[in-house]
Amino acid sequence: MTLYEMVGLTSDEYELIVELLGREPNELELNMYGVMWSEHCSYKHSRSLLKEFPTSGTHVLQGPGENAGIVDIGNGLAIAMKIESHNHPSAIEPYQGAATGVGGIIRDIFTMGARPIALLNSLRFGNLDDRHTRYLFEKVVQGIGDYGNCVGIPTVGGEVCFNNCYKENPLVNAMCVGLIKTGNIKKGTATGIGNPVMLVGSTTGRDGMGGASFASVELSNQSLEKRSAVQVGDPFMEKLLLEACLELFETDSVVGIQDLGAAGLTSACSETASRGNSGIDLDVAFVPKREEGMSPVEVMISESQERMLVIVKKGNEAEVERIFNKWGLHSVVIGHVTGDKMLTVRENGTIVAQVPAKSLAEAPVTHTESKVPSYLKELVKLESRAIPIPENMNEVLLKLLASPNITSKEWVYQQYDYMVRTNTVVTPGSDAAVISIRGTNKAIALTTDCNGRYCFLNPKIGSAISVAEAARNLVCTGAKPLAITDGLNFGNPESPEVFWQFEQAVKGISEACQILGIPVISGNVSFYNESESNAIYPTPIIGMAGLIENRSHITTPGFKNKGDVIVLIGENKEELGGSEYLKVIHGLEKGEVPQLDLEVERRVQAFCLECIADGLVKSAHDCSDGGLAVALAESCISGNIGAELHVNKTMRTDALLFGESQSRIIISIDAELLPTIIEKAHTKNLAYEVLGTVTGQALRIYVNDRLEIDTPLERIRQAWREALKCAMGK
Amino acid sequence: MKFGVVVFPGSNCDADSYHALKDVMGQEVEYIWHKEQNVDRFDCIILPGGFSYGDYLRCGAIARFSPVMDKVVKFADSGKPVIGICNGFQILTEAGLLPGVLTQNQSLKFICKMVSIRIENTNTPFTELCSKKQVLKIPIAHGDGNYYVDKDTLKEMEKNGQILFRYCDNDGETSEKANPNGSIENIAGICNQQGNVIGMMPHPERAVDRALGSEDGKTLFASVIHYLERSSVYDSL
Repeated sequence: MTLYEMVGLTSDEYELIVELLGREPNELELNMYGVMWSEHCSYKHSRSLLKEFPTSGTHVLQGPGENAGIVDIGNGLAIAMKIESHNHPSAIEPYQGAATGVGGIIRDIFTMGARPIALLNSLRFGNLDDRHTRYLFEKVVQGIGDYGNCVGIPTVGGEVCFNNCYKENPLVNAMCVGLIKTGNIKKGTATGIGNPVMLVGSTTGRDGMGGASFASVELSNQSLEKRSAVQVGDPFMEKLLLEACLELFETDSVVGIQDLGAAGLTSACSETASRGNSGIDLDVAFVPKREEGMSPVEVMISESQERMLVIVKKGNEAEVERIFNKWGLHSVVIGHVTGDKMLTVRENGTIVAQVPAKSLAEAPVTHTESKVPSYLKELVKLESRAIPIPENMNEVLLKLLASPNITSKEWVYQQYDYMVRTNTVVTPGSDAAVISIRGTNKAIALTTDCNGRYCFLNPKIGSAISVAEAARNLVCTGAKPLAITDGLNFGNPESPEVFWQFEQAVKGISEACQILGIPVISGNVSFYNESESNAIYPTPIIGMAGLIENRSHITTPGFKNKGDVIVLIGENKEELGGSEYLKVIHGLEKGEVPQLDLEVERRVQAFCLECIADGLVKSAHDCSDGGLAVALAESCISGNIGAELHVNKTMRTDALLFGESQSRIIISIDAELLPTIIEKAHTKNLAYEVLGTVTGQALRIYVNDRLEIDTPLERIRQAWREALKCAMGK
Repeated sequence: MKFGVVVFPGSNCDADSYHALKDVMGQEVEYIWHKEQNVDRFDCIILPGGFSYGDYLRCGAIARFSPVMDKVVKFADSGKPVIGICNGFQILTEAGLLPGVLTQNQSLKFICKMVSIRIENTNTPFTELCSKKQVLKIPIAHGDGNYYVDKDTLKEMEKNGQILFRYCDNDGETSEKANPNGSIENIAGICNQQGNVIGMMPHPERAVDRALGSEDGKTLFASVIHYLERSSVYDSL
């Protein structure tokens, strides 16, 4: 293996570097290019496509390209948000991998000047009957919890799904949301020749060596040897760093700031210099180190956690030192901003590397072929006549409620402190979490969503559905969707079939964003999510934030009072393809995914939001995995009251009860308001169906006048609540 | 009346306690940095929850050596009320101001949820407005809340009325099922022999707003405010 191959570069890329420099790079320079031009840092396979996303809007204060995106929420306030993956580290060292994923995303948020106010996560694992999967699941949840709990940021929501395709390559995506005054936004820019460049926070050690490159190849049998590429987290250090940075931002000492994540110092220096159209000259001898004898290569690519690079106004170094000293943290001048646009690295004064900063930060784009995967043709075919309709729908309902993808995730979120900061109005387990914004009457709603199976069967529609569902979840709480941060998890992009999935997903997300009017303001792409046996399902996770103007509008999924009328907004269609029902009951993961008419989706959501704002709605719940019957059961469980419903339509009973048609919301209203709602729906030309009433202590569903489901609330609750705990043995 | 909320490196419920006292209870309140040497201006001190010093070594074991802790001990010795919540409770036991220890939850997992606790003694500054056997809904969020104390001390504590709160079900029954973390005798909170130093694992500062699920924590804060007002009336006599 050649030297450049060892750092993950291709021969073409190596030649380009030689051409750029007009000479052969030395070992340090080669290593710097290796990490910076890795897929993880450079987005070289995805950059050109990501331009398709709509990213603007009157409320967007910061779109993609910075550490996080920012949207205005009025009252002089804004929220910063970003999602990031930590999949490969979590596959081989689940506790630290997940913990440092949380640490990294928190730093992305406070780097912008925002105080982190909420964490979410989106997790994917193999099936829980596998022992190693249970180990990964248990440790990932613990790692996420221990880190966020210690830093004191509530983990308020997210999702966990299980499918065999994630068995060897679990997905761990963490999202953080912060609150900031609109005038206080900080950026990762190095400007002002002669301004000192300071490294603050933790010391630099040999952990996380080349993590970025490790994340840019598939997992294999040799991956376990790469454990040293996994960083070790110290949430206590992060908490101190967070408080010190926020205190520092109150002064006017900061020119620019950037956290040290993937590719460590190399990335932070070259990116800030590149954004500022300047250079940085630093000496590794000044870097506070954890171990003796660290080489310049090790210092420059170490991914030791809880560190920040701060570009300080010349003369204000003492102010920075005073604040970091108070919090017991290092703050050392390691270099200064230059005008030569070079990243110059010295060791005790001697230059050991000197390359154009921009050439590191802006890797050449790689063009990849795409090809429709051969698996699709067979998979989308579904002979529905060959699928028997079950006799006992009660049993089907209970099985679905106990399916790991639908069951209560209490086992998970009880391990997260979701209440700290005392603003969590709607706690985990709802359609979306709701956090109140103190000092205003507003609140924000947050969710993450993605149905990987849909995306596997049809990446374009599946991805659009992820956007639609996330928005629907927010709307059900009474929030107007504001912005998206996307975590795009795919297999090896060098495979034309995987790249086709990626292309399609980007198209689907873009189209949904356009029509629903929601911009993408930040995100992360994670490729190479595959092991020797298989690639994961395409999993574009949509993290979304919405705004509730008036906290009295906050709506939850649980039914409220006896006698309330239950109305379905939207339409039931005979769609079984890709459903949880097909998988759990018939063992099939195939068929056409549900149709999605984005224009209808937009109108359903607008209608629901309007009814909530008019104070007409007592409960609202999105109808998704498990279909109508599961959604109704969830509203009963959450409200601790039963319901009696009559659904009439000529189609397969199983499709009617458990099919996953899109653009459906179940609301309950005061019986007196029914005419108002019906009139409104007529004016908007929207399909609706009056389903029944809230009553009793059982869920009863008549389909075409035949009682198909009649189960006591207690049994429903038990099936839904206990499954995950049982699977995890507690 | 002035409340002080100690800020250790790693405290993370300091702002919540501050908010509960200032904005909800309308009291004067100030943060006390852990290096501060003078706490004479306060009438009541709160050691808030969090992960002081990362809870490295053992929960609360390092925080007890913080410079301010000497002053807190003297403050407590003078009879003024001190309450440790969650990590604050752990620090108080480490500092020897309260008996017993808090070990890892029986499930070995962090637990965050709303629980019910029963008032066992109404004759202390933080419970004097409660009624005996009253059930309060207050959340817990901890990994190490499993209270343990040896049998003899426990007996002594029972006799002195040092058991303040027990985990219970909604009807006030202290069943095993209602015990979230394995604490001995369902103990959720205790006080010292004099009754002025209180430690509890549940977070009353998180239960001061109906929109967040409970405002039962207000009763405890209202009690200590009532107590302090009462004592200052005596002082002025």
